[in-house]
Amino acid sequence: MAKTYVSATINGESSEFLCETQQTLLDVLRDVVGLTGSKEGCASGDCGACSVILDGRLVCSCLVLGVEAEGTTITTIEGIAQGDKLHPVQQKFLEHAALQCGFCTPGLIVATKALLDENPNPTETEARYWLAGNLCRCTGYDKVIRAVMDAAAELRGETVG
Amino acid sequence: MSSLSYAAPTSVDDAVKLLAGSSGLAKVLSGGTDLLVQLRSGRLKPDLIVDTKKIPGIIGIREENGGFVVGAATPGAVVEAHAGMTAAWPGLVEALDLIGSTQVQGRCSLAGNLCNASPAADSVPALYAAGAIAVVVGGKGRREVPVEQIPTGPGRTSLAKDEFILEFKLPPRPARSSDAYLRFIPRTEMDIAVVGCGISVTLDEKGVCTAARVSLGAVAPTVLLVQAAADVLIGHTLDADTLAKLDAAAQAASKPISDKRGTVEYRTKIAGVLARRVAAIAFDRAQGIKNGKAH
Repeated sequence: MAKTYVSATINGESSEFLCETQQTLLDVLRDVVGLTGSKEGCASGDCGACSVILDGRLVCSCLVLGVEAEGTTITTIEGIAQGDKLHPVQQKFLEHAALQCGFCTPGLIVATKALLDENPNPTETEARYWLAGNLCRCTGYDKVIRAVMDAAAELRGETVG
Repeated sequence: MSSLSYAAPTSVDDAVKLLAGSSGLAKVLSGGTDLLVQLRSGRLKPDLIVDTKKIPGIIGIREENGGFVVGAATPGAVVEAHAGMTAAWPGLVEALDLIGSTQVQGRCSLAGNLCNASPAADSVPALYAAGAIAVVVGGKGRREVPVEQIPTGPGRTSLAKDEFILEFKLPPRPARSSDAYLRFIPRTEMDIAVVGCGISVTLDEKGVCTAARVSLGAVAPTVLLVQAAADVLIGHTLDADTLAKLDAAAQAASKPISDKRGTVEYRTKIAGVLARRVAAIAFDRAQGIKNGKAH
């Protein structure tokens, strides 16, 4: 079986890769494109560690085939910071120590970015429901939610640096 | 594994030809939130995946003859964000909003949820209650099928090898009509229904029910459309007597199994409780009484 040629825009750059049908977008990102920030936790869409933004929508990259990425625009965790400058969501995760082992963190940061792009002023309840598909076994979520709410406030310009 | 082929046809005709011409197992791909899991686990070993998402019209929502038409592969999140759908079919929208996570709702579709044919699928009882019609396309042309005739058993449908669903037609909503969906799980998110219940009603000026459809999930091999439960609503307001009869009719229709999510006795009792709660929400909504998300 020949591999399929796929062309997509990943983190603002045009990207081309060859993949087999059964390879997921996560497999392709990690093993073909070399972007290993997205993590494989469950490979069944339950844990959210592989979250990416696909054509403006938050998805699990383990539930998308690589071949389905043809012509799409994808943002991964590697595309969240502006060069060396961390995105406010990343900065707040650091400040609030909203991680321990860090395995879920890329997915949580991408999911939080997608939330705040869509809803800049979420309630804590809305944030918790939005992130229900991002499992973290270390933090108990409280620090995560504090970081998310603080990042939202900062992005709205309500806090100082 | 490496013999798996992929095609993303851009017309119904091409998709039908691919499905019909496949010598092995061909699977239709919409959002993929079930299909990819089944591929990964080895439960399914197809030879061909036909991705329908490039077919014009299969993603999107439009109004036609006073009702909404929802493309078969439209992601749940798109339906949830549609003001017209949220106003006309809050029950169907809240059912979609219960499927998996934000991430899953970014991909999952009504057609996928229906054709995966799980008895516990969340959007399916709401779709049955809505009286949705599936527009099925295939080698013999196009046919319109009531959604409750699509699933035939767990993981099985009435669709032929070369058929797939193009879109769903939702009927026009008369005045004082609404719907609701609840599922019972031991937590609030990210779980599979112990029981699900969808109800759609139309009321007259006095709050008497003139039309109803009642559907139950996870209490039989397929989602059930329970005519006996609808019959106890029609001609009545939602008083204590009607609620008791609804509860009894829902319980009588339930033929669940015992598994890790609940016993036969538990599921049967919950079916009655959920039917009462869902009816109350649907009647309130039909009378313009605002209530929040049912869950």
